[in-house]
Amino acid sequence: MWTLIKGKVLKTAFIDTLPILAAYIILGMGFGVLMSDAGYPLYFVLLMSTFIFAGSMQYVAVSLLTAKASPATALLMTFLVNARHLFYGLSVLERYENTGKVKSYLIFGLTDETYSLVCSQPHVKNENRTAYYFTVTLLNHLYWIAGGAIGNVLGSALPFNSKGIEFSMTALFTVIFLEQWKETKNHAPALIGIAATAVSRIVFGPDHFLIAAMVIIAISLLFLLQRRKEEEHLA
Amino acid sequence: MPDTHDFILIAVIAIGTAATRFLPFLLFPANKKRPRWLLRLSKVLPAASIAMLVVYCLKDVHVTELQGFLPEVISLAVVALLHLWKRQSLLSIGGGTICYMLLVQQVF
Repeated sequence: MWTLIKGKVLKTAFIDTLPILAAYIILGMGFGVLMSDAGYPLYFVLLMSTFIFAGSMQYVAVSLLTAKASPATALLMTFLVNARHLFYGLSVLERYENTGKVKSYLIFGLTDETYSLVCSQPHVKNENRTAYYFTVTLLNHLYWIAGGAIGNVLGSALPFNSKGIEFSMTALFTVIFLEQWKETKNHAPALIGIAATAVSRIVFGPDHFLIAAMVIIAISLLFLLQRRKEEEHLA
Repeated sequence: MPDTHDFILIAVIAIGTAATRFLPFLLFPANKKRPRWLLRLSKVLPAASIAMLVVYCLKDVHVTELQGFLPEVISLAVVALLHLWKRQSLLSIGGGTICYMLLVQQVF
């Protein structure tokens, strides 16, 4: 498994994950600070970042822990917050097909950010794909764990004002969006993604709109594919 | 200090999170033939999902005051223009992020 970490792939993966490094350290620190304020020790923070490895869910987890929520409530919240992962798995079924021993780890570590890199890397040679996926997933995992630990031990004191640095995530997704836009002729899926999410956000408010957006996206895409199939039939 | 209930909660959350990530692979295992619609869907899902993520990142934008949306709009424009100009991902992301940080720290 460790033989997958090779010099050249490591370099590419590191450069590609730099924006994620910045955001995960800062967001991880935010999580670590919340946990230390709630009275939780370092080992518990490490345990969570290692085995949950889901940014927004870990923020929600802090309130579930402090409120002594029931396991059933926690499970329901987890499904609601993380439902978007279903889309990621469905999109990388093929890509992760022949990844061998690391397949389970790759699936376990399929965060928003890892997913965005995995579905956008034309510059990696085919024989290095698995190594690249593994290295990206592992680096992101380590950044996230490190951020939580730093925040929990040192608090939020940074030698510079980091306010707004989390925008690197938005910028990363935007760049990948633009790259995909350039590479594909059919822009309907991207436009559906934007429209469905924006409309859901406006209708349902900032906290509960993602599931609605996913349902609209799934239905619209299936409808679109069905229509295209019929057109191919006629042609 | 964490008690038993805390450990149960994080175990539940860890298992629940993993379930959302593993479910597609369990539903459609590699050794079974996957339906055609699924293969077609998996081709168009990445574009839609990344678009969804971009909008998701902007979910707290609001138009009732200038600082509620201008930093995001300006910085996104910087990201897009840099990317159309040089097509260097790190430059576009770094430039846009620094622009956003300056705007929320110094200007708004």
